[in-house]
Amino acid sequence: METAPKVSSKGKYVVSRGLDNFFSDLYNVFAFIRRYFKEAFSGPFEFKEIVNQCFHIGIKSLSLVSLTGLVTGIVFTNQSRPSLSVFGASSWLPSLVAIALIRALAPLVTALIVAGKVGSNIGAELGSMRVTEQIDAMEVSATNPFKFLVASRITATTIMVPLLVMYTGFVGMMGSFLNVHQNEETSFPAFFKSAFTSITFLDIYASVIKAICFGFTIGVAGCYQGYNAQKGTQGVGRAANLAVVISMYLIFIEEITIVQIFNTLR
Amino acid sequence: MDNNERNIDQKNPVITIRDLKKSFGDLTVLEGISMDLYKGENFVVLGKSGTGKSVLIKIIVGLLNPDSGSVNVLGEEVDKLDRQALQQLRLKLGFSFQNSALYDSMTVSENLEFPLVRNKRNLTKKEVTMAIESVLNSVGLPQTMNQMPSELSGGQKKRIGIARTLILQPEIMLYDEPTSGLDPITCIEINNLINQVQEEYHTSSIIITHDLTCAKSTANRVAVLLDGKFFITGSFNEVFSSTEPSIKTFHDYNFITS
Repeated sequence: METAPKVSSKGKYVVSRGLDNFFSDLYNVFAFIRRYFKEAFSGPFEFKEIVNQCFHIGIKSLSLVSLTGLVTGIVFTNQSRPSLSVFGASSWLPSLVAIALIRALAPLVTALIVAGKVGSNIGAELGSMRVTEQIDAMEVSATNPFKFLVASRITATTIMVPLLVMYTGFVGMMGSFLNVHQNEETSFPAFFKSAFTSITFLDIYASVIKAICFGFTIGVAGCYQGYNAQKGTQGVGRAANLAVVISMYLIFIEEITIVQIFNTLR
Repeated sequence: MDNNERNIDQKNPVITIRDLKKSFGDLTVLEGISMDLYKGENFVVLGKSGTGKSVLIKIIVGLLNPDSGSVNVLGEEVDKLDRQALQQLRLKLGFSFQNSALYDSMTVSENLEFPLVRNKRNLTKKEVTMAIESVLNSVGLPQTMNQMPSELSGGQKKRIGIARTLILQPEIMLYDEPTSGLDPITCIEINNLINQVQEEYHTSSIIITHDLTCAKSTANRVAVLLDGKFFITGSFNEVFSSTEPSIKTFHDYNFITS
């Protein structure tokens, strides 16, 4: 039997303020995503702005991603060696590191760094433009701020995060190689031959799919929070903060979900 | 030239507003506004801060929707237009924001180029540059082309904000507090610029302000917004010859304190 929604004692909310806001936000996010697909795949296209955003996202994240990738590769190799040595399986180190990096560490670490660096930047930038009426100024000058500001940024994060993930994986493997070469004197071809024997196309495919989802999520969270920012400078700070926090939560949820899906395919 | 001598076509309203109402939650800001803006006219809306003056022009340009009433701009009912039709209408409207709202990540030239190249896609690079130079000359700031908004003074920002709207050659200009936060001399320059724009571009304008000097030097007609309604409408002298205490207080406060 269909039941009528509960009304609070004040009669203002359908269920409760928190739940009402949650569902209203959820609806708005889906409307925002729907509008993105509509604007991103219909002309006229903002190619110049997409390239500009890709460049900025890459430049902003490159140094931190490089350092984190290298350190992850070195530390992971170093910490795994004693456990493998107990079983006399040190030669498996390249495969272990390759599986860990490509399947999980590279996408996750890169996405978290980009969420922190780029997501917060998008949230703050668009939030600041919203509260200083720059977005309204674009609206009233008969241009489309959603296409220029939002669609370009979401497209750019969706393109750049997979590229950065590949780069992080490569730098991480190089870090691992340096450590293995120093300790076991393994040659470069031998290391990479060993590393890639255990990697399948499904692993790479899963990693790229994950990276695309992460990039899209970071772009949507940053743009949604910034584009809808309110209440002056406080709203800008809140938009930047929420862009990062929401991105990170969603990245973890997506990580678990996609891993489960690909594990069933394996 | 006196404000009242200008060529106003009183048979041809470009904006017609009838019984406009707008509330935000429990707060009613506009309660039954009706007005006509005639072709070639400068219509000044005066009122204290927070009386809904800016809300009025944001409704005219379609940034806000009215709760009830009708807003007809150049023959189109604004709240009934779809997105594309609204964009087409906005090409004929210029909106100068209170804080100028210049795109702070772009140079002055890029600020002016932004609406132009997106609305007139067949222009050559040379034509775009010529249009930018032309509007910068009109507002008296040809030397600022490559400067960033952060390098400009308050008055310069206002002028560039006006130039950005003029580049699309609008039929109607909407000014939101054009002189707020400016020194008296710059205020006079902006007032002169508003009159110059009207003459040069043949625009009709609604000027939202609480500055009586601005109203006096630009208005053909003045309306005083009080408690969500136009309390009195007429020429500047008609309005401020009123013995109504609230109008007198507004007049005295403006002129005595300034």
